[in-house]
Amino acid sequence: MEYFTLFMGAVVVNNFVLTKFLGLCIFFGVSKNLSASAGMGIAVTAVMVMSSALAWLIYNFILLPFGLTFMTTAVFVLLIASFVQLLEMVIKKYSPALYNMWGIYLLLIATNCIVLSIPLINVESSYGFLYSLVNAVGSGLGFALAIVLMASCREKLRLADVPKPLEGIGIAFIIAGMLALSFLGFSGMIG
Amino acid sequence: MNSLWSEFKKGIIAENPIFVLALSLCPALAVTSSATTSLTMGLSVMFVITMNNCVVSLIRNVVNPKVRVPVYITSIATIVTVVQLALQAYAPALYDALGIYLALIVVFAIILARAESFASKHTLIPSFFDGLGMGVGFCVALVIIGVLRELFGAGSIFGVKLLGDWYNAPLIMILPAGGFMLIGYLIGGWKMLVQHMEKKEAERSEA
Repeated sequence: MEYFTLFMGAVVVNNFVLTKFLGLCIFFGVSKNLSASAGMGIAVTAVMVMSSALAWLIYNFILLPFGLTFMTTAVFVLLIASFVQLLEMVIKKYSPALYNMWGIYLLLIATNCIVLSIPLINVESSYGFLYSLVNAVGSGLGFALAIVLMASCREKLRLADVPKPLEGIGIAFIIAGMLALSFLGFSGMIG
Repeated sequence: MNSLWSEFKKGIIAENPIFVLALSLCPALAVTSSATTSLTMGLSVMFVITMNNCVVSLIRNVVNPKVRVPVYITSIATIVTVVQLALQAYAPALYDALGIYLALIVVFAIILARAESFASKHTLIPSFFDGLGMGVGFCVALVIIGVLRELFGAGSIFGVKLLGDWYNAPLIMILPAGGFMLIGYLIGGWKMLVQHMEKKEAERSEA
């Protein structure tokens, strides 16, 4: 039950994009097209879960015992960047079809705030291993949900008559504001 | 001297990192619910981006291009750690208020983008001014957002109460939703400003 609450909390109540403003660069950059957004959402979730697991192990078995916690940020960034690079090579070698779908997103993910912040939040709140993984899956799916909703809105927007200065990124922000407002409705759901 | 000034100036208005390039947006919303945290964040980023531009431009000839990105990231991470430790020591309250977003400076696209597109190709002095200009632009944008959100959302600026008790502050400005919308309109306004300035410039060069 505890895990379920955490999961639902991460997906809708504390949605990282709409309530904590993480991963906005991808959120606004990729959300012009629905299928690309869905792919991005899945790629982010996958990378986030795997890098959270790795980061948790490194933090608890290397950084903590040796008193190196002040290097957490630097170590995690390098870990995630190199892990994504490795993942890219593996996928390219073993599954070219998947690479064609994901390849461009993977590099974008390498230095992205949402992917870095989940492992950081996990270790800072001293979550257990399984708890961290559930948190990562939930946050990833929350990101996917937000970006898919956003892309659906922006696809409709193509036909709309938007004031000239607000075209592009400006109106996208206003829509994100509306989405954030509607997600506020979930806030009473899980205490 | 003139070219240095233009390197500096372009980051503030025409290529403002937040309003025009729309890079590194996460902190722009997350820490701007009050003017004080916005300013701290802006100054931290300004320091990191300027220092990193200097470091990158100094080492640009010794780094193998194949490993340049990891090298840049290491440099950024080191400088961010310095800022983190300094704030933790001298301003613990602000450190807590910024929370995880301070560590996230490491992955700001704008810092890596300046290192990659400017500092790795220029000497120390222009790189310094480029970083400073971008940093100031970033800081200005954050403070504008922070001041507006605090003024409308809490009736104060930098914690000083400006609007009296008659002002019934709408909570939405402090909430994420209001932040998103405010930035949307600010981006629109900034675009109009830049277009207006370009038009004036064009008229002047014609005359």
